[in-house]
Amino acid sequence: MSALPYTRFELLRTLRNRRFFILSLGFPVVLYFLIAGPQRSNHDLLGSGIPAPLYYMVGMVAFGTMSAMLSSGARIATERAAGWTRQLRISPLSPRSYFRAKVLTAYLMALLSMAVLYVCGASLGVHLPAEEWLKMTALIVIGLAPFAALGIVLGHLLTPDSIGPAMGGGVALLAFVGGTWFPLTSHSVLYSVAQFVPSYWLVQASHVALGGKAWDAKGWLVVIGWTVVLAALARRAYRRDTARL
Amino acid sequence: MSRVSSRATPAIQAHTLSKSYGSIEAVRGIDLDVAAGETVALLGPNGAGKSTTIDMILGLSQPDGGGVSVFGGTPAAAIAGGLVGAMLQTGALIRDLSVRELIAMVASLYPEPLGVQDTIELTGLQEAASQRTQKLSGGQTQRVRFAVALVSNPRLLILDEPTVAMDVEGRRSFWGTMRELASRGKTVLFATHYLEEADAYADRAVLMASGRIVADGPTTQIKAMVGARTIRATLPTAELEELATLPGVSSADRHGQSIVLSCSDSDAAIRAMLERFPEARDIEIAAAGLEEAFLELTAAEAS
Repeated sequence: MSALPYTRFELLRTLRNRRFFILSLGFPVVLYFLIAGPQRSNHDLLGSGIPAPLYYMVGMVAFGTMSAMLSSGARIATERAAGWTRQLRISPLSPRSYFRAKVLTAYLMALLSMAVLYVCGASLGVHLPAEEWLKMTALIVIGLAPFAALGIVLGHLLTPDSIGPAMGGGVALLAFVGGTWFPLTSHSVLYSVAQFVPSYWLVQASHVALGGKAWDAKGWLVVIGWTVVLAALARRAYRRDTARL
Repeated sequence: MSRVSSRATPAIQAHTLSKSYGSIEAVRGIDLDVAAGETVALLGPNGAGKSTTIDMILGLSQPDGGGVSVFGGTPAAAIAGGLVGAMLQTGALIRDLSVRELIAMVASLYPEPLGVQDTIELTGLQEAASQRTQKLSGGQTQRVRFAVALVSNPRLLILDEPTVAMDVEGRRSFWGTMRELASRGKTVLFATHYLEEADAYADRAVLMASGRIVADGPTTQIKAMVGARTIRATLPTAELEELATLPGVSSADRHGQSIVLSCSDSDAAIRAMLERFPEARDIEIAAAGLEEAFLELTAAEAS
């Protein structure tokens, strides 16, 4: 009795869903070349101090990885609608193991999306020391934690019909507020709101690449705070979700 | 395996169990004991409260009143110990795994599962084993759902209307497998609305109607009770007391000009009635349907 085979089969299932796989990896790539391609020689994007190919690479990584993390919600909603979640509830699988499988699967998808976009970034001239790549990746992985929990919350609250629009709209809004499409000007209203949104801090991970500090204390607090709150909500949503659908 | 439970501990013990959904009282204070090793049919029409009862036994829903224990502990403890396997009434399979992989995945969650290959053979899924779950026919899907319940190798197997989506052949092999399991000492509780299934495969039948248990006993007894025939006839002159003593008649009732005899042996009863009351007209003999029997039993309960 171990949770590892369960996680392994969950990963296998996700990788086999080819349509989902291609769309979720391909969409951010297309966007990246459309937006960053024409500006590849811009070395200071709108006064952010960051070259356009790098800024948009991290922006698209934020967009792609957020989508990947939240896509676990779509899979959960489908499983619930099929009655599979109830079948799992009457097995000895612990909530902890269940969450671990869902979170690991979401992270795997996010890391794949990230890797593909790094290659695209390199093709547009993004050039960083290995150490900076690693630091940036580590920050993004940490910054995705609230989205792992959010995916599980949404999956247990929404139906397969409603989760598509909810996620599409949600990710677009989070990406916009986070500054994925353009750097936010400090002292704007959007900027002050963005400070409290975890997607903003994902995009800020790109500052690492220039040797700067990506996250100040506020950034860490926002990311950790959202993770704690959403993880508690995810537990609650899973625990209550036993009814026949 | 848990050591708390011994052979003597009942598999299921429910007392004054009740559950409402809004203003609908789905289960109204039932008592139900199932001994280890018993095969019990939970028999009743749709909406009788069978699935709600099963949900409470499995801990999927919390009773409003009363309580239920499984092998002497809470449902959650029995589930966590891998003592219970269940096939729920509704449910599809998750996609993008082969039948074999899905069964292996479920097996990995339990402490003492059956072998994956054994389970596949037991449920007749050899040919479908490498197919993806989303490509199966309805009958195959139902078998895989059974395999998922079975591979856990539980001490208590709960099946909620397991044969609903099965074809005739599927039903036959399903019950064949069930018999074998029962002979290995598993406790089985299955919900059905087919009297024949209860009669053929259970030691005991528990009849539910409108959220109550209206009868509980050996299947032979239940069958006599609800499988009885009724004789109706226009017979204004006969005394009810006399009719009730005719051979094969268990009770007699009058509705104006006509009488209704509930019979344990309708052949003997009709002969005796015609001999004694040749003036009887408009005679009808009918098998009391299960629904009808339920209605009568519930009416008797209420009055």
